[in-house]
Amino acid sequence: MKNISKEDWKGVWAVAECHEGRLIPVSLELISKARELADKLQTEAVAVVLGHGIDGAVCDAFMEHGAHVVQLVEHEALAVFRDDVFAQVLAGLIRSQRPEIVLAPATLAGKAYMPRVQTMLETGLTAGCLELDIRQDDRVLIQTRAAWGGNLFVNIVCPDARPQLVTVSPNVMSARRILTEGRVECPEIPFDWLKSGMEILESVYEKQDESVRLTKAEVVVVAGRGIEKKENLVLLQELAGLLGGAVGATRAVTDLGWLPEYTQIGQTGVTVSPRLCITFGVSGAVQHTVGLRNIEILVAVNKDSEAPIFEMATYGIVADVNEFLPAFLEQIRKKRRNSAE
Amino acid sequence: MLNIAVCIKQVPDARTVRFDKETGMMIRDGVETVINPVDLNALEAALAIKDSHGAQIHVLTMGPPSADKALRDALSMGADFAYLLSDRAFAGADTLATTRVLAKAIQKIGPMDMVICGNQSVDGDTAQVGPGLAVRLDMPSVAYVSALELKPEGLECRRMTGYGHDSVLVRLPALVTVMPSINTHRMPSLKGKMKAKSAAIPVWNADALGLSADEIGLVGSPTRVLNIFVRSFEARKERLEGDTETQVSALCERLAAAGVL
Repeated sequence: MKNISKEDWKGVWAVAECHEGRLIPVSLELISKARELADKLQTEAVAVVLGHGIDGAVCDAFMEHGAHVVQLVEHEALAVFRDDVFAQVLAGLIRSQRPEIVLAPATLAGKAYMPRVQTMLETGLTAGCLELDIRQDDRVLIQTRAAWGGNLFVNIVCPDARPQLVTVSPNVMSARRILTEGRVECPEIPFDWLKSGMEILESVYEKQDESVRLTKAEVVVVAGRGIEKKENLVLLQELAGLLGGAVGATRAVTDLGWLPEYTQIGQTGVTVSPRLCITFGVSGAVQHTVGLRNIEILVAVNKDSEAPIFEMATYGIVADVNEFLPAFLEQIRKKRRNSAE
Repeated sequence: MLNIAVCIKQVPDARTVRFDKETGMMIRDGVETVINPVDLNALEAALAIKDSHGAQIHVLTMGPPSADKALRDALSMGADFAYLLSDRAFAGADTLATTRVLAKAIQKIGPMDMVICGNQSVDGDTAQVGPGLAVRLDMPSVAYVSALELKPEGLECRRMTGYGHDSVLVRLPALVTVMPSINTHRMPSLKGKMKAKSAAIPVWNADALGLSADEIGLVGSPTRVLNIFVRSFEARKERLEGDTETQVSALCERLAAAGVL
């Protein structure tokens, strides 16, 4: 691809994700961002949706959120998610139409097939971007993500290769309404883009409720490595229950298998925006804390007084979780009993 | 006999990592290195197949000469062969350049039936190397796998999706990336440790892999780090001091006043 000049690549794409024919919310967050970037570049924002049996309202939704073009890629082979097929189709469309920027959701599916697209196109891909902006002098996309550090961020660019590929987690960008008179295109899919080495035997829908509950909760209690023992989770779950909230975790905790992976908050997990968030034994590595957004009150409990989490806390409590948690829980139990009487 | 490649990465041990409050950077002093935790689950998945079906397990890592230790740890757990992909010119590689090195090395070892990787590393945190490597090896890939079973017609995988899980049948050769929940990895045996100590580990550089300078390291990477920066948080940062009882009541007062209790 290097022999093609950068100037031949135009337009900003937002790749959507559908579940049972309907868009998942990150799709509109991405087209809104794509429109903002396209305006800066004076080019078109294009929504690309791959699937089968896609609800017709999808096109309207995109045009209400700034899409100049909706590429509806409908095929029965796209009814289920197969990593190789999705990658071949998206890479094929990119090769033939040459967008300069492609935003894709950092969902489990997006993270599974976008690296295939990247490699097929021999270009850069930045995972889990938090902010995206255009460098005006050379149209280059500035891609901001969390680095491994206390409050450390990194700006990444892909100066020469095209397209510039990024993934963005759900709930990171905002969906914005911009009524746009767009057009719908239905590109032809050559047969050889659909060849696959895999077969989906069964799809089970299960955890929707739990992870949605976490992302929508008004109160989130977070378990970090510093809770030290699995038994403390029982207390955290009771605390979350009494406060009408949900339990989330850092990756250290889900890696230990103490909580399911979908409870992981952070760059590669979910993003939460509760009014109250209480973290126990969380050090505050930014890969986790970027998943905590627009929190009104953040309480941090950690025995290490130097932990970076205290820099972002409303209230910091330097204490051993094993002592503080049972005492705090008992106090909340008392309050609940009193209010019940 | 089945041949399985397992790609691992040596990373700083999260249990020993501390960050400087001002610069946000990792404090290098006292940081130990370990095999990226989920890569141990990838190795265990391969070992389980070896136990039940028989297989030769080839472990690879790209890294500095000191990554030899990670490979010996993998051998002591039961891997059969280990290869260190090391060259100063590999430094600064992004995920695209990394997959070129891993792919060439795997092709050099010989035909593989399976490649197993951890889903992502704790330091890079991208989850991109596995699926990208699969494309270079012309294999299908299944990511975020939480259960794996070898069947006559291929690998049957349970993989996590945004909505639950899928049961996927993938034909061999194939690459899978596994989640920590797939298994509990075994510990090295004494015999394994002895064997690992004396094992010969080939070190392959760019020449040995037939890679040119513009394909590897920083030069071969399309992405560049523009800058690293620290963002200070606008937070009240009120410390609640005193003994546990005092801290608990101070917190309850404040939360009640804010109307969140």
